Amino acid sequence: MELRAYIIRRLLLLIPVLFGVTVFIFGITMLFSPGQRATLYVSSPQQMRDLPAVIEQYGLDRPFFIQYGTWIGQVFRGNLGWSTVVSMPVAKAILHYLPATLELAMLATPLIILIGIFFGTKAAAHKDKPLDHGTRVVAILGWSLPTFWLGLLLMMIFYGYFHGLFPPGRLSIQMESFVSSGEFIRYTRINTIDAILNLNGPVLVDALRHLVLPVITISTVNVAFIMRLMRSSMLESLGKGYILTARAKGLDERIVIGKHARRNALIPVITVSGYLFAGLAGGAVITETIFSFKGIGWWASQSALRLDIPSVLGFALFMAVLFVLVNLVVDILYTRVDPRVRLGQGVQ
Amino acid sequence: MSDWKFMARQLVKNPLSLAGLIIIAIFVIVAIFAPLIAPTPEGHRDAYLIPRDGYSATPQPPSEEHIFGTTEGQYDIFYGVIWGTRSAFRVALVVMAITIVIGIALGSLAGYFGGLLDEVIMRITDIFLAFPALILAMAIVSAIGPSLKSVMIALCVVWWPSYARLIRGDILQLREEDYVEASRGLGASSGRVIVRHVLPNAIYPSLIMASLDIGAVVLSAAALSFLGLGSPEGYADWGQMTQFARNWIVGPHNEPLKYWYAVITPGLFILFFVLGWNLLGDAFRDILDPRLARR
Repeated sequence: MELRAYIIRRLLLLIPVLFGVTVFIFGITMLFSPGQRATLYVSSPQQMRDLPAVIEQYGLDRPFFIQYGTWIGQVFRGNLGWSTVVSMPVAKAILHYLPATLELAMLATPLIILIGIFFGTKAAAHKDKPLDHGTRVVAILGWSLPTFWLGLLLMMIFYGYFHGLFPPGRLSIQMESFVSSGEFIRYTRINTIDAILNLNGPVLVDALRHLVLPVITISTVNVAFIMRLMRSSMLESLGKGYILTARAKGLDERIVIGKHARRNALIPVITVSGYLFAGLAGGAVITETIFSFKGIGWWASQSALRLDIPSVLGFALFMAVLFVLVNLVVDILYTRVDPRVRLGQGVQ
Repeated sequence: MSDWKFMARQLVKNPLSLAGLIIIAIFVIVAIFAPLIAPTPEGHRDAYLIPRDGYSATPQPPSEEHIFGTTEGQYDIFYGVIWGTRSAFRVALVVMAITIVIGIALGSLAGYFGGLLDEVIMRITDIFLAFPALILAMAIVSAIGPSLKSVMIALCVVWWPSYARLIRGDILQLREEDYVEASRGLGASSGRVIVRHVLPNAIYPSLIMASLDIGAVVLSAAALSFLGLGSPEGYADWGQMTQFARNWIVGPHNEPLKYWYAVITPGLFILFFVLGWNLLGDAFRDILDPRLARR
């Protein structure tokens, strides 16, 4: 009961935020003149001469909120416009490119979190020892690395120097045509999962080979953050009275660290992990672009480059909804991890 | 002021932050003396446009004439990375300055007056923070047209909300202080109380946060440039120079790493620039974290 009321209240609070988000997103497009926006509806040179008619037909010169109302009405009916970059409706494009991105996020997120927690804990347990300094330097280097440059370097080595060991793209050409043939059933469009469901080894191996470099690229940049967060959270937790008690009782240091300190230190990491997954699921724009890994981030960057406004808007809207929902899930998760946290109240 | 002396001493004592300070100092020197280090050829109209030696696409290896080689389109890499330092500082300083001004203005209004105004401003920051920064910046740049100026505008739009929140938080605390109460009791106007008593105490945390953020701003700007949403072609900009190298990461079959110089050099400049600020920032964070510092 308590939980349901909380979720309903939070979902209601979403309405003003999403209203603001949509006004803002729509506002960005209104920076274009009606003539520029009219060209989006034009498909032939003949129509180009009739731009005023197009503006008239779609009401592109009407007041802001009337146009906004028309647009939001379309959005509610699931019509986000047409993506010229990939020649399909925007809503369909999001569904089409999402599985690839989810695949990347599903592999990278656990990897990032586990490595981050492991080294973060170690660093805190060995504060001011060489291990701590070492992980600190690695972390600072990690978040100073330009993602795109790291991706290029990895490709230079593992695609160039090792002659196509880990290629870009999602699947090699032969596998791609096999996968789209009738013999292979695409349950989820997530290649690795589909390959397992079809009990097809070669497709699985091929898909994984294409995933290695993007996953490494995303992980390197993000692991540093989790590692540092875990370290400082762990240090705080290690300074608490119950740790002193546990040690005074003569408990094994491994249990003190692993059970008493780490469990309490995990709370902030959970919040950030939620955002991490949402961020990755929304498309690691740069990583996908570099490796031509055709996920939602790749689509978004292509759209932005070719000024395909409906696509950029649709993507931004999708991201905003995703972030707001993840935020809610994280808050609910809190109560499961830390019984002291009550919904809507924070730690008492 | 002893706090600031303490901080300065800590920064110099810690080898990592000292390394950061040295790296930043080197970049400052490079930026100031760019015209001496990489002189602009005579008759070249804009010093920020990299001079090119021909129009062939294939990058040329380092030679006496081009000590770092040339990248795609025969742009001189050495000239580009040196003048690119100035571009990096310019983006970082402009974005940070505007962000702080907006953040202070809105944050102090929200924090000091509270009530409906606070509620409205904070909900607006919610809206902005509901987007992943890079994606919002991409959307803005593509809407107002790719250019270095658009990149700076987009980054300001993306960055100000966290500063507004930070300053609001500080001001909420400060406005309860006795000296603020006293000033109000003496009949000072709200404006005077904010400007004379509240802001001077709230501004330092945001200045420190800004120094921590410079690396991230430069990294985001470089990413936008890399995507092709930044400076015009041929502009001395590290992100764009990395983009030029994109087609050359794989050399001919017998020499796969042939064009390494075009890929490595601009990226190294970005890495070190950002690294310098992040090394400094990491030390700052430790010094300022009351749970960890001075134990």
